[in-house]
Amino acid sequence: MFDNLSVNQRAAVLSVVMLVVGLLIWEAAIPAQKAAAELTEYERLTGGGAPKAGVPPPSQVIAKAWEQLSNPFYDAGPNDKGIGIQIGYSIYRVLTGYIMAALIAIPLGFLIGMSQVAYKAFNPFIQVLRPISPLAWMPLALFIIQDSEASAIFVIFICSIWPMLLNTAFGVANVRQDWVNVARTHELGYLKTAFTVILPAAAPTIVTGMRISIGIAWLVIVAAEMLVGGTGIGYYVWNEWNNLDLTSVIFSILMIGVVGMILDLAFGALQRAVAYVE
Amino acid sequence: MSKPFLSIENLTQIYPDGQGGDLTVFENANFGIEKGEFVVILGHSGCGKSTIMNILAGLAEPTSGVVKMDGFEVSGPSLDRGVVFQNYSLLPWLSSLKNVSFGVAARYKDWSKQKVLEHSKKFLAMVGLEGDVIHRKPSQLSGGMRQRVSIARAFANEPKLLLLDEPFGALDALTRGTIQDELLKIWGGTEQTVFMITHDIDEAILLADRILLMTNGPYAQVAESVEITIPRPRSRTEIVEHPNYYAIRNHLVQFLGQRSKELAGKREGETPKAPETIRIDKTGSEEDPVPSAPLRAVNT
Ligand SMILES: Nc1ncnc2c1ncn2[C@@H]1O[C@H](COP(=O)(O)OP(=O)(O)OP(=O)(O)O)[C@@H](O)[C@H]1O
Ligand SMILES: [Mg+2]
Repeated sequence: MFDNLSVNQRAAVLSVVMLVVGLLIWEAAIPAQKAAAELTEYERLTGGGAPKAGVPPPSQVIAKAWEQLSNPFYDAGPNDKGIGIQIGYSIYRVLTGYIMAALIAIPLGFLIGMSQVAYKAFNPFIQVLRPISPLAWMPLALFIIQDSEASAIFVIFICSIWPMLLNTAFGVANVRQDWVNVARTHELGYLKTAFTVILPAAAPTIVTGMRISIGIAWLVIVAAEMLVGGTGIGYYVWNEWNNLDLTSVIFSILMIGVVGMILDLAFGALQRAVAYVE
Repeated sequence: MSKPFLSIENLTQIYPDGQGGDLTVFENANFGIEKGEFVVILGHSGCGKSTIMNILAGLAEPTSGVVKMDGFEVSGPSLDRGVVFQNYSLLPWLSSLKNVSFGVAARYKDWSKQKVLEHSKKFLAMVGLEGDVIHRKPSQLSGGMRQRVSIARAFANEPKLLLLDEPFGALDALTRGTIQDELLKIWGGTEQTVFMITHDIDEAILLADRILLMTNGPYAQVAESVEITIPRPRSRTEIVEHPNYYAIRNHLVQFLGQRSKELAGKREGETPKAPETIRIDKTGSEEDPVPSAPLRAVNT
């Protein structure tokens, strides 16, 4: 019955099957868990009979998702905002930090890539700063900037700058000499060469760096928001955990994955747009 | 005698040989090219032809020596010297048309977009590329098509000096013939000077006014300058019947087959040496082709 389906169609069918089977096992596992936790005499005496937080079944998570997604932008005070608003805050922080990083990393990477001296001069700094966990900057940022919002953005900035900087420098430094020679024989000026030859030639490498950066930024924002609090999807997860609302925790974990995937897909599309075959 | 249009004086190129030593590709090369002349250089692989060409283009600096064009020393590349690179060097992210038109736009800065495109299309059509092919990227073209785009790009810029590094290497015999004819047509209608590298002796005889012969490297020399004493216009089928054709061809084959090796590695010392001019003409007398005294001094 699968014979006349394309590879993609067969993969899609298999994905759906895996999803359904996975959800069914999950759903079936929950009552089993409850049964295993049969109340003992002692538990009954110590108040174990009170409603107890447990891992919710998928049906509850889906119901939660339906409820949240049908009204994602409600705002009922500091501790009760719709998932859309929370994600919006996170995306805003990620994009602000990320765009600032790109505005610095790409031109600077260009200069570093064009000059061997600059490459060698900058390299030790980059090598030392790059492996620092972005969250390690948080205390210093909070102290210097004195603002939790700006500190979170700074952490995004600092974690997304390195892949873009390194990839841009690498891409620019490795543009084929033949193409540079073409520019030279046509007497293209410095800027013209940079924009019409080096940029398109290095674009796939640069965009790969941008894609890595946005992925890291999205990973880091969740942790950063757990630390600084207030708003954002990271704070939301932490807050729901404090409320012992595991359904919301699971739902927001899934949302983090979905948004991360969408960001990655967008950069994947950009990558395809600038790709070329030699 | 006045200086030729292009003069190559005491050109020496030394590269590191990769083992800590030096590799002298050629030493004290001297030759000249007259305005409007079509000169082909023949030599075995690795003797330094592309190296000479890169220096003429201004893309590489020789270890010592100078190249002068129109009396001015060549320093750096210029739009007056168009290059067809051995490996095409098309920009892979641009369509064929854009590969040509970006060069045209760089050459003729005051032209309208429309005019640039028309001019580019004209030259692409000359090398047989028309219709939707010109909107394809180089990766979607065959090797021969890419080479033709690269040729069109160089010709469309109408440089004073065209430098062609094996421009027809990837073409089949038929296309090669057509484009050779086109090249002759374009060259005949302009003041252009052509310097071309090839491995094909028949192509060299068909196209050239003069063939420079290089010995094998290292210490390669431009040993001889053979005049092609066959009147133009030439056609592939007719030149073979010309009395000079086989005499010249035999001379070239003999040089490449034997003497290029015998002469290889012989250092001429520090004295600059111009290539020996060979003129083979059997139309008047029945004499054997002997290397005669220089009839046309090349670089004095
Ligand atoms: N950048 C370089 N560094 C070191 N050696 C080089 C470099 N470029 C060329 N050579 C050497 O110089 C010699 C001449 O090279 P060149 O490319 O000019 O040969 P060619 O005559 O064009 O050969 P072909 O007909 O195969 O294209 C070769 O021995 C090559 O190894
Ligand atoms: Mg070569």
